[in-house]
Amino acid sequence: MAIWNETVAVTAMTVKSLPQRIWVAIVTLIAIAIVVTVMMAVLAMAAGFDKTVAGAGGVDTAIIMRAGSQAELNSGLSSEQINLLAEAPGIVRVGNQPQASPELYVIVDGIKKSTGLSVNLPLRGMNPIGVELRKDVVISEGRMFETGKNELVVGRAARQQFAGFDPGSTVQFGKTTWQVVGIFEAGGSVFESELWADAKVVQSLYNRGNSYQSVRALLDGPDAIQKIEAYAGNDPRLNISVQTEADYFSQLSKPLVSFINGVGYPLAIVMALGALAGALNAMYTSVAARQREIVTLRAIGFGGFSTFVGIMVEALVLAFAGTLLGVMVTYIFFDGLTASTLGQTFTQIVFDFSVTPELVVQAGVLALAIGLIGGFFPALRAARLPVVDAFRNV
Amino acid sequence: MTEKTLIELDHVTKRYTRGRDTIEIFDELTMGIEEGAFLAIMGPSGSGKTTLLNILGGIDSPTSGSVTVGGQRIDNMSEGALSKWRAANVGFIFQFYNLMPMLTAAQNVELPLLLTDLGRSRRAEHVKTALNVVGIADRAKHKPSELSGGQQQRVAIARAIVSDPKLMLADEPTGDLDRTTAVEILEMLQLLNKEFGKTIIMVTHDPEAARFASRTLHLDKGHFVQEAAE
Repeated sequence: MAIWNETVAVTAMTVKSLPQRIWVAIVTLIAIAIVVTVMMAVLAMAAGFDKTVAGAGGVDTAIIMRAGSQAELNSGLSSEQINLLAEAPGIVRVGNQPQASPELYVIVDGIKKSTGLSVNLPLRGMNPIGVELRKDVVISEGRMFETGKNELVVGRAARQQFAGFDPGSTVQFGKTTWQVVGIFEAGGSVFESELWADAKVVQSLYNRGNSYQSVRALLDGPDAIQKIEAYAGNDPRLNISVQTEADYFSQLSKPLVSFINGVGYPLAIVMALGALAGALNAMYTSVAARQREIVTLRAIGFGGFSTFVGIMVEALVLAFAGTLLGVMVTYIFFDGLTASTLGQTFTQIVFDFSVTPELVVQAGVLALAIGLIGGFFPALRAARLPVVDAFRNV
Repeated sequence: MTEKTLIELDHVTKRYTRGRDTIEIFDELTMGIEEGAFLAIMGPSGSGKTTLLNILGGIDSPTSGSVTVGGQRIDNMSEGALSKWRAANVGFIFQFYNLMPMLTAAQNVELPLLLTDLGRSRRAEHVKTALNVVGIADRAKHKPSELSGGQQQRVAIARAIVSDPKLMLADEPTGDLDRTTAVEILEMLQLLNKEFGKTIIMVTHDPEAARFASRTLHLDKGHFVQEAAE
């Protein structure tokens, strides 16, 4: 009981005396908040990109491309291969109709609203089953494209970031002219960065003959991929690779996410070292400023432990307040911030920064480490201050 | 009247080492202080007055020899045991009061009681009593910055007596006060000595202050050179 009272009293005194050192405390708090903000902002970019790309794929949908292709852009499937795949096992059928969508993936020009610069945009040619295979797709404005017409539906993110895609507008890609008939949403996934049109129209306008670049197919069970692979393995004409959409998009997002994380974490650590120096300085200043109080308490019988805890709590209070400020700033200024970048497919991918609970925990752990280390050594010094100084004018 | 010895120093030596130099403060100092004494210790700077106070209060230890207070040897106690011993047995009064600026007078006085098992209401009673004894109960809720030097020293004295220790150690308790206030504080120490039986050891440079003590010892280079009884 006494040790509890003693520790609570010293801790309360320490915290109450903070206003006497308010500027040093504020500088430390801001330094910690900056570390938290920078770390979270960079990692929120990675998390947002990952969520947009890796979150797009389903585990029950296969993407089939030419063997060796890393992405749809450099894949190619002939009409003969498409016909053979229509007979493949492992694909869900409704009646005799395989739930599969042969698709084309073409790069077209767009203008980025924020910079006015020309960028590559993905135009996807697909059939109505392809739309159904993508979960959470809804037409939020206008209507779906009709087969056989030069009509586009535009992803929400693409419309937001790039000029000229409002419903009813006409866009020109090279010699082709398109009518924007609708806007679709796809749960914030990478598909929202795309433009969709009828596959046959895209084939015709871009001189693709009867060829496609990929097939999306709804799988009928957990071993469906193996069934398709076995089927293809028995037919030399089917030189293909099969993977789930989830795996495909995960691989697409990995390089950039790894790069951002590879920059983000070292940056955060370097900045944290700076903040740690600030915290140590603040806490040593605190101990020096309170030396007389500390040795007086020690002289009248207070133990070194309560002194140690008091200083540690002050450091942790600063770290906690810094974390809170950093999280608030990041949340207000970065969460949901829309950006776009060139993806693995050489087309623009629009994504939102995402402040996730995991990031808050990671930033909190880093700030806690700053508080713990920044408080530990000064607290140790405080606990070891010579009590004989009590009668000196320190 | 039989006088019981409260403090015994037996062949106490105290040396400090600074670089290559060894500074000897006390060499084989032996002395006894009776319970209920009000002792003034005078002497020039560097004579060892404060070191003696530190040793008697268990905040410094002798290089050799033994220190016994109330029948308990304190020179060989651990740091933790000494902290507890000080909390229960010694009240300290400092020249610059050493109050906690962020606490009220009552909260400052309560500090030593936080080291006991007393509950909140019992602590409040003790604090009230101590503040009444030093005549500053009406300033209980004031912070040190809102009190005069004399009032702050009264609060410090209340803090020193609140846990009812037998021994009170004061280092220049009037060194920062004007003459009138100093006399008030010294009269209060006299009262605590005579009415409440506290053993008080006071270090001072001021012969006027020393006159309030029942006995004055002059310390020079670690030795008592002369004793003046009042």
